[in-house]
Amino acid sequence: MADVQKSTRNRQDFENTLDSSDANVASFVYEQKGFVAKAQHFLHGNPTMVPVIVLVASVIIFGLIAGERFFSPFNLSLILQQVSIIGILAAAQSLVILTAGIDLSVAAIMVLMSVISGKLAVELGVPAPLALLIGFGGGIGAGLLNGFLVTKIKLPPFITTLGTWNIFYALMLWLSGAQSIRGEDIDNTAPLLKIFGQAISVGSARITFGSILMVIVFAVLWYLLNKTAWGRHVYAIGDDKEAAELAGIRTDRTLISVYALAGLVAAIGAWASIGRVGSISPTSFYEGNLQSITAVVIGGISLFGGRGSILGALFGALIVGVFQSGLRLAQVDVLWQVFAIGWLIIIAVAIDQWIRKVSS
Amino acid sequence: MSDTTQTIEPIVKGRGIVKRYGRVTAIDHSDFDLYPGEILAVIGDNGAGKSSIVKAICGAVQPDDGEIVIDGEKVHFSSPIEARDKGIEIVYQNLALSPALSIADNMFVGREIRKPGIMGSWFKMLDKPEMQRIAREKLTELGLMTVQSINQAVETLSGGQRQGVAVARAAAFAKKFIIMDEPTAALGVKESRRVLELIKDVRSRGIPIVLISHNMPHVFEVADRIHIHRLGKRHAVIDPENYSMSDAVAIMTGAMEPPPIEQQQLSPK
Repeated sequence: MADVQKSTRNRQDFENTLDSSDANVASFVYEQKGFVAKAQHFLHGNPTMVPVIVLVASVIIFGLIAGERFFSPFNLSLILQQVSIIGILAAAQSLVILTAGIDLSVAAIMVLMSVISGKLAVELGVPAPLALLIGFGGGIGAGLLNGFLVTKIKLPPFITTLGTWNIFYALMLWLSGAQSIRGEDIDNTAPLLKIFGQAISVGSARITFGSILMVIVFAVLWYLLNKTAWGRHVYAIGDDKEAAELAGIRTDRTLISVYALAGLVAAIGAWASIGRVGSISPTSFYEGNLQSITAVVIGGISLFGGRGSILGALFGALIVGVFQSGLRLAQVDVLWQVFAIGWLIIIAVAIDQWIRKVSS
Repeated sequence: MSDTTQTIEPIVKGRGIVKRYGRVTAIDHSDFDLYPGEILAVIGDNGAGKSSIVKAICGAVQPDDGEIVIDGEKVHFSSPIEARDKGIEIVYQNLALSPALSIADNMFVGREIRKPGIMGSWFKMLDKPEMQRIAREKLTELGLMTVQSINQAVETLSGGQRQGVAVARAAAFAKKFIIMDEPTAALGVKESRRVLELIKDVRSRGIPIVLISHNMPHVFEVADRIHIHRLGKRHAVIDPENYSMSDAVAIMTGAMEPPPIEQQQLSPK
């Protein structure tokens, strides 16, 4: 080899000016920021603060409008009771939305499983605990179907669950014959199914087991999402699925487990819903899918995945409950409740978009 | 084959690797050697198959023929996760970081540490303080750390800082070697400089590196040997001390014949 040239292993000429330049590229610098930027940054780090602020503000406002009737322990416990089913569905929904998916079928799974458990226990004489377990299994199975279609067949979650929503709904109508199972029949054969309708009274407050169940569901899911590797993986997948895959997460397995768990939570909601409604009605919770999404969105969980706390969904459900209760006590027409919730959704998503634009 | 009398064994030895995609042959009986303690740059024109051969080594694609021996052991990885379990780390061009997760969470994604005892084994509880401690330690070793920031979300970091986190993650867990795919491609001049220093730091800690890059000045600065890939084959391996960048580009594009095999740098000096 003839032309041995001078070594090029020193650094490049054009880089010689670098010595005199600022070398703090890979260090972390905090700059002074204006109030708005600080608020944006704070909310970015604490996405649950938005729904908390809205919840506190709406409680104060409705308290001022409706007075002590609103603040009565009875009314506050009633709000909790009224949001418990949608709250449980919102918990299931949050899991899926955190992965940047959506589950339109959660309420359909819930009603289907309440019909299955009810048919088995009330009409076929299956022991109530077994009937409930079969319902839970059915919920997991329905979720596994969603997860399988999303990961293995690679269908978009929206389309998948739009399809399974209709399928589960039709199955439910077929099984129930579009007939309700009456409350007295449940009381006579399988009272266990209605246990979440019972309540403990503290003064004039009436706290149902269903409300307590909702809080427990949120606490358990919060633990899973924040304190286990599985939870970190759920966030990582929602954030950037490809990156999560490359970083060594088995994304398909995690996603399937998310849909299955959402199905199980919906089936637990089915048990609670029987107590809440007092009977098993094929027409109940038809709008539960959308109401659960509403609670999640108002709760500050990003529809684009990977951001937000599951507790936000609890606050989101409570905000909806507070609005409905407050406007009702203020004797405002129901249509304005719907109107207000609509604006809440739009504002919540706008705030989410704004927070996501944060820079350090 | 070798022009030296040295007897150090390569850490990666690929022989006759073939990969076909339908009627396209991406890797055509190519060889590949990486030796302990070195930075091996892999250069080649677009479509030459340089990423294919590196992917074959880390398990992202499965070769149709040929053998890959890593540390004396014949391997058939079915995925990069399997390669990772053997101590092979990859720094991807897109970094494979989750923007909303913290630096510490990102470093341990997929290999989290659980609390000791029942909390860990039954309740699967993560040992966050321990992970944060190790993450802080690893970043400090590479000079990337100032105190308060280990729980900062990765999306609030600059491009160079993110690259730093990805490299630190690889360096922290690599037991055999690290593959870096275009680590300076998305960076500015100053940030590139910082990352090049980081690459040299990692080498000085004894971890060999495969560096895929289009940037000739960067390749010539840090590489101990340069593997030139052309038409799916290892075309030549040269010593950057003895060749200029234009020679390398000429060999890479076929404008210049590769040096005879005795003058190539098939193993380290």
